[in-house]
Amino acid sequence: MRSAPPLIRCQGLSKTFGTLKANDSVDLLVESGEIHALLGENGAGKSTFVKMLYGLLKPDAGTISWLGKAVTLADPDAARALGIGMVFQHFSLFDDLTVLENIAIGTAGARADQAFAARVSALAREYGLELDLQRPVWTLSAGERQRIEIARCLLQEPRLIVLDEPTSVLTPQEAENLFASLLRLQAKGAGILFISHKLEEVRRICTAATILRGGKVVARTDPRKESARSLAALMVGEGVADVRPPSTLETGRDLLAVRGLSVSPEIAHGIPLRGIDLTVRAGEVVAIAGVAGNGQSEFFAALTGEGGLIQSGTVSIDGEDVTRRPIGMRRRLGAAFVPEGRLGHATLPQRTLSENIMLSWHETEDVGGFFLSLDKLRQAARKIITRFDVRGPNADPRAAQLSGGNLQKYIVGREIERNPRLIVVDQPTWGVDARAASLIRQTLVDLAGQGAAVLVITQDLDEAFEMSDRIAVICAGRMHPPVPTRMTNREAIGLLMTTAHGEAA
Amino acid sequence: MVLSLVPRQGVSRVREIVTPLVAFVVALVIAALVLLAMGKSLKTAADVYVVEPLTTAWSLQEVILKATPLTLIAIGLIFAVRANRWNIGAEGQYVVGGMFGGWVAIAAHGMEGVWILPAMLIAGMAGGLVYGLIPAALRNRFGISEILSSLMLVYVAELALDYLVRGPWRDRTAFNFPKSVNFDAAATLGPLWEGGKLHGGVLLALLAVLGAVVLLGRSRFGFAVSATGEAPRAANFAGFNDHRLTLAVFAISGALAGLAGIIEVSANMGQLQPSISQGYGFTAIIVAFLGRLNPVGALVSALVLAILLIGSETAQIMLKLPFDMTRAFMGLLLLCILAGEALTRYKVRWNA
Repeated sequence: MRSAPPLIRCQGLSKTFGTLKANDSVDLLVESGEIHALLGENGAGKSTFVKMLYGLLKPDAGTISWLGKAVTLADPDAARALGIGMVFQHFSLFDDLTVLENIAIGTAGARADQAFAARVSALAREYGLELDLQRPVWTLSAGERQRIEIARCLLQEPRLIVLDEPTSVLTPQEAENLFASLLRLQAKGAGILFISHKLEEVRRICTAATILRGGKVVARTDPRKESARSLAALMVGEGVADVRPPSTLETGRDLLAVRGLSVSPEIAHGIPLRGIDLTVRAGEVVAIAGVAGNGQSEFFAALTGEGGLIQSGTVSIDGEDVTRRPIGMRRRLGAAFVPEGRLGHATLPQRTLSENIMLSWHETEDVGGFFLSLDKLRQAARKIITRFDVRGPNADPRAAQLSGGNLQKYIVGREIERNPRLIVVDQPTWGVDARAASLIRQTLVDLAGQGAAVLVITQDLDEAFEMSDRIAVICAGRMHPPVPTRMTNREAIGLLMTTAHGEAA
Repeated sequence: MVLSLVPRQGVSRVREIVTPLVAFVVALVIAALVLLAMGKSLKTAADVYVVEPLTTAWSLQEVILKATPLTLIAIGLIFAVRANRWNIGAEGQYVVGGMFGGWVAIAAHGMEGVWILPAMLIAGMAGGLVYGLIPAALRNRFGISEILSSLMLVYVAELALDYLVRGPWRDRTAFNFPKSVNFDAAATLGPLWEGGKLHGGVLLALLAVLGAVVLLGRSRFGFAVSATGEAPRAANFAGFNDHRLTLAVFAISGALAGLAGIIEVSANMGQLQPSISQGYGFTAIIVAFLGRLNPVGALVSALVLAILLIGSETAQIMLKLPFDMTRAFMGLLLLCILAGEALTRYKVRWNA
């Protein structure tokens, strides 16, 4: 007797953009009751593949069969009708609406009434998704927001659920809850396609893995039988260097000093900062850990001078009080900044890399006089592209044409190239593949080794531990003072991430 | 059924060039259908709107003269719109420019001197500039929408001019007509050559185009303007001062509108009267967008609209078409071009 046909079987899926083969004859098979990992560096073709699976892109060649029958997925409606559900990396939620209203909006034919609330509650209980249906979304943490997206997806009773980097914004505790829900889904016979950069969690919960490199399947393996290191090696095709431990060089003078800083936010739902103290000295890497939305953006803006209404306290760079000085002045004192938003904040999306040099260089570096020197900008861009191995479709691509990892290498490179004495980086490797992430971290650690002060704001605890000499934690706009990294551990820091400094745990 | 716009994967170069041309043709076809439905002769319409303005030296010069204020104002507006600042009040800045420059002419009445004309032009620019700064300052200081304040200041300017020419500045010898004294020869922008019609204002408009090409294309300032419009957070990250930039683009567009105002008053009217514009300040908004916010594009679209405006004067007589019809055609043209632009970037899809 033949066994049941697999839930979904993709054979020879190919997709070409211009000259780039994003997917080259990809085969993938997900069985019911399987948690299948899709691994690969940024630009390996994971997103393209998933979009074809969800009807957002049309394959150039290849077939998709669903329960043994060949199907064509013209659009996401067709995919949903079959029973394919998708949870995207970026949430699409309305901040001012309640949880229930948000779920109703995303569900065809639903109204946010009692009956619907009962249906959602039942589903939430069944899968262990804690949801307070009447709360407005802006009061929720990233993990709670993600649960809304998952509930939305589950309401359609999908048989295959695709999760794109679901844990990148979660605390370790929140990630545990997610895994528990996934295991319940698995037990009920659903198939799960799980995309993640966090190889440790893949090893823990996934039962099969398909690894993409350069648009091709390079390996299929059982992740439980691999180490994180061997999985990474399969992804990049060569060994990934560990970040060299932070220098034990003696630290020097205070390059960044924040004293009693309280800031009220300029935007609705922003987080007020309260009484923050922090010092970063020459030669050290300080990490600020915390769950997204606890005041990181507001703190970054206060350090750069980009916004926020300073209530009290001071920010000093290299001994100079810059609390109310513009960002250009801070750059002239030797500071450099890397914002979290790569497109539209750190770069102009539709401008070339050489034009984008202007943004952070125009006050301190030679980019021409009244008229810009296109030559000098191009030279600078070329240097950064070579030094940091930035790969794009042509010699001087527009920022929006680069993959996240390559654009991040460019943005960090643009600041390093200025030889800053202080660099503040918000989420240095968010959504960046393993190799690029390791390069960026190493670059920052090396910079500290040469005597610069490095401040890294990150949601990724592994990153914080890998890079830093000291770790501080931000929660609800307050800062737990930094402790030496060697004298703490993930659990202790994870606990601080959910407790505001100065309040009882 | 829901109609939705889906972004295209990439936009080919050919498509970018062909689309505006197709949009132009579509606008022509729709206009022709409208004229047919009204029972007008298409041949006469073609004569009136296209052949006549372009075939005699006299009317060609008229076209260029009409295009001059449109170009000047549109160039200024390009700076503002590129920075995502909406100066809807160029008409008011134009009027104040005419008013300030005209005041110099009135004050210098009976005097001789080569300084009078330059002083008028400078006063006109200064007037438009200061008037343009008002909505900018209100936005910076109080967060008031510059769209509304600049628009409403148009009416303030028009009524102020109306008051002046009926009151303090009225020509006592003009039998109670609401007008100022006739400007002296020294206060009149004369033709560039004997028997011609083109005046120095045409050269100033070309200079403005050139200046805008250089400033927007190559300078630090031009970069800051575009960056602010494209991604305000990135511009803020770069340290481009938002408030100063708002003042700068409003100063530029106000000054150029003011210059257009005094040029028209000095060269074509030779006096101040209750109304000194035919809506140039508003038409120039269309010019700027038809020209895709590109200075050279604005020059070309100013000429196209000038042809339409000249044609409409004859059309009122020959075809008995009201002037409003011409405005409708301008709107139609803009609509088609913008729709074409949208369709180059997006495709339309019906979702069940």
